[in-house]
Amino acid sequence: MPPVLVVSRLAKTFTMHLRGGIELPVIANAAFALHPGTCAVLGGPSGVGKSSILKMLYGNYAASSGRILVRHRGGEVDLVTAEPRTILDLRRETIGYVSQFLRVVPRVGALDIVAEPLVERGTDRRDAARRAGDLLARLNLPERLWSLPPATFSGGEQQRVNIARGFITDHPILLLDEPTASLDAANRAVVVEMIAEKKRAGVALLGIFHDVEVRNAVADVVIDVAGFAPDRKAA
Amino acid sequence: MNEFPLLSVRSVTKTYGARIGCADVNFDVWPGEVLAVVGESGSGKTTLLNCISTRLEPTAGTVSYRMRDGEMRDLYRLGEAERRFLLRTDWGFVHQNPADGLRMTVSAGANVGERLMAIGDRHYGRIRDTATDWLGRVEIGADRIDDQPRAFSGGMRQRLQIARNLVTAPRLVFMDEPTGGLDVSVQARLLDLLRGLVHDLGLAVIIVTHDLAVARLLSHRMMVMKDGRVVEHGLTDRLLDDPRAPYTQLLVSSILQV
Amino acid sequence: MNAPTYNFAYLDEQTKRMIRRAILKAIAIPGYQVPFASREMPMPYGWGTGGVQVTAAILGPDDVLKVIDQGADDTTNAVSIRKFFQRVAGIGTTTSTGDATIIQTRHRIPEQPLHEGQVLVYQVPIPEPLRFLEPRETETRKMHALEEYGLMHVKLYEDIARNGHIATTYAYPVKVEGRYVMDPSPTPKFDNPKMHMSAALQLFGAGREKRIYALPPHTEVVSLDFEDHPFEVQRFDKPCALCGAEQVYLDEVVLDDRGGRMFVCSDTDHCETRRANGFFGEMAEGGHDAQTSPLRGGRTEGPGGGEDGTNIPPPLTPPLKGEGNLSRPVAGVGSCKTSETSSFDCVAQAEGTPPGRTSSGHPPLKGEGSR
Repeated sequence: MPPVLVVSRLAKTFTMHLRGGIELPVIANAAFALHPGTCAVLGGPSGVGKSSILKMLYGNYAASSGRILVRHRGGEVDLVTAEPRTILDLRRETIGYVSQFLRVVPRVGALDIVAEPLVERGTDRRDAARRAGDLLARLNLPERLWSLPPATFSGGEQQRVNIARGFITDHPILLLDEPTASLDAANRAVVVEMIAEKKRAGVALLGIFHDVEVRNAVADVVIDVAGFAPDRKAA
Repeated sequence: MNEFPLLSVRSVTKTYGARIGCADVNFDVWPGEVLAVVGESGSGKTTLLNCISTRLEPTAGTVSYRMRDGEMRDLYRLGEAERRFLLRTDWGFVHQNPADGLRMTVSAGANVGERLMAIGDRHYGRIRDTATDWLGRVEIGADRIDDQPRAFSGGMRQRLQIARNLVTAPRLVFMDEPTGGLDVSVQARLLDLLRGLVHDLGLAVIIVTHDLAVARLLSHRMMVMKDGRVVEHGLTDRLLDDPRAPYTQLLVSSILQV
Repeated sequence: MNAPTYNFAYLDEQTKRMIRRAILKAIAIPGYQVPFASREMPMPYGWGTGGVQVTAAILGPDDVLKVIDQGADDTTNAVSIRKFFQRVAGIGTTTSTGDATIIQTRHRIPEQPLHEGQVLVYQVPIPEPLRFLEPRETETRKMHALEEYGLMHVKLYEDIARNGHIATTYAYPVKVEGRYVMDPSPTPKFDNPKMHMSAALQLFGAGREKRIYALPPHTEVVSLDFEDHPFEVQRFDKPCALCGAEQVYLDEVVLDDRGGRMFVCSDTDHCETRRANGFFGEMAEGGHDAQTSPLRGGRTEGPGGGEDGTNIPPPLTPPLKGEGNLSRPVAGVGSCKTSETSSFDCVAQAEGTPPGRTSSGHPPLKGEGSR
């Protein structure tokens, strides 16, 4: 199967203008590909730039140079040079993302937060809510919480809302930023199972998992980010 | 994806003698897209808003708008009648101070119904039904329909102003610090409401704000202004999470964390 | 002792020409408010200075002038203005609607249909119908220019929302020839249909606001309304108590402090003419004649009146004799006004338009005092 996402010569350098304009290179010459039905895991010690790569792949961070070619709507898009609205369309149609923390929207109930990505893509509100409910039930979030805004939920509860929101769509590419960090063993197992289902559905996944058990359970490929460390002296 | 922009702003400049209001601003807005213009007071964001909403003629540059018939028209070449018709049908303008956008001495129902009557609706019952429906959508009880906005709280007035603007199903809405004078809890409710309406109606919005949280919550794209110029422009979350212009970095690092 | 030192009809010829130019323009653009250089007149603003200037500008030596205030020829305002023109122009005057060539009016249109060649001159306090909701003159002018009249319906909407029906009873806005929205001056809306396709030329003068507007003969005049709340004129339960006329505008006359009242024609000429022709209402002197009145069919019974009305005070005896006879006490402008109020009412009153015909203390004309 051809890859759905190809990264080549990708680099990221932060320029800290508030600190005299110092340059902080974090990634250099990164290259890898994501294939349908497989789960790749970004490996390497903390601070090596795993999160930065994930964020560049979602368009959240701007790449300094290189290419991120994504198969999108039957064509190919370079995320590094894409217009903002192309990136927005990419997020709507092609690339899903489960962040580490839930960005809480005031006054919106958990069920609606989970259903929102589907509604945005045109699914009927009732169908979307039903699927959202299924996912939340599967992740063992008590039904009495569904209608409440998650601002006051515990970390684990918020994380489950976040996972459900990320998994509800059928994006062909799914980025996972430590989705199991604050979950108990039972719910971790549910997430592992859900990842396996995505793989069977042909989704290409890329994740960061600190939990070794989960990583071993889901990873088909490990991408060693330490290999993309910039030569700091050269910078 | 929609192929054509709704609004195209090219090299818009407004000077007051030697003083710059805004300079060489370029951007497009597509249907259904929310663009936030951020910057501190005096950065030229309100001048820009006025220039593109035909409230203030720019010194140079063009602003063109895709009319409902699909034709792209230069706004400053429209006739006065056409321009005013556009303003009260296809556009909305939400002022920071609701009193600037409402008729304070007529009832909430008439405030919402005015645009309908302006475009020729002459059926009282129908106008009233539509007004009731819109009051509901902005969470104002139907029992308040005959009350004047003078009797409303700040948040209610702002919601009424929004309903009054949206009743003709505009395609483009300008907002000038819509949450400006409101308490935090009231702000949150309004933001959430706006977010829902923008999404449900597929509105294109240009919102001027100095509040980055408002920009984060509502907008897809963001434009940062300083001294009348655009210093950075891009995806909202990218500008906030990976700011690159020195001024944007300063702005983002100045947010108080709760 | 001294010959009058005034120019004919008080105004100098230059001023009259200026006003005539404004009138011509107004006739050319029906319903459009033409600005003019309103002059000081020897009477206070609010007492008809606009109408007086228009009348002065169009008056010729052969004209016959009738002046009415709230429909009556015998009220202070009407008497004063008529005397004024008698003195400064030496023209003939009349109280007969049919005989007059120029009728200056405040707040009424005569019941008798006007005929070709007649001119009806209205005294207008506030010419701008949009003023109530839009205080900026620059903006209202633009709204007229661009035909943005939604605001007029906002006013009517408010009326219905507050009262369940359009409660505006006078100064009821009209659209002229499908173009300009116009304030018909504070005439009761009862009179609005009379403006439509009238054979007479109708001129409107607002002295304080310095505006003149016009309806040429046979002009379309449509009262604004909603599809589900169509325009309606006031209806009166009873005919005129003096002349038995129906489908005319009636004034309420309070007879005593025990609730006694009667309703009589607001148009005194109409009423007198009918009575002279043998029509009588239930409370007229010789009211028994009413039974033989050809139109009334002898109907004398009715709520609170007629032969069984023993608690009714004695009928009002003096038929109106003529100028200066202010024997009829009158409450309010019209019967509607006592029961229904709209903000139009309030504004008109706040504007300081003179009260009804019972008003006392009408200042003497300056011209009179000086001679």
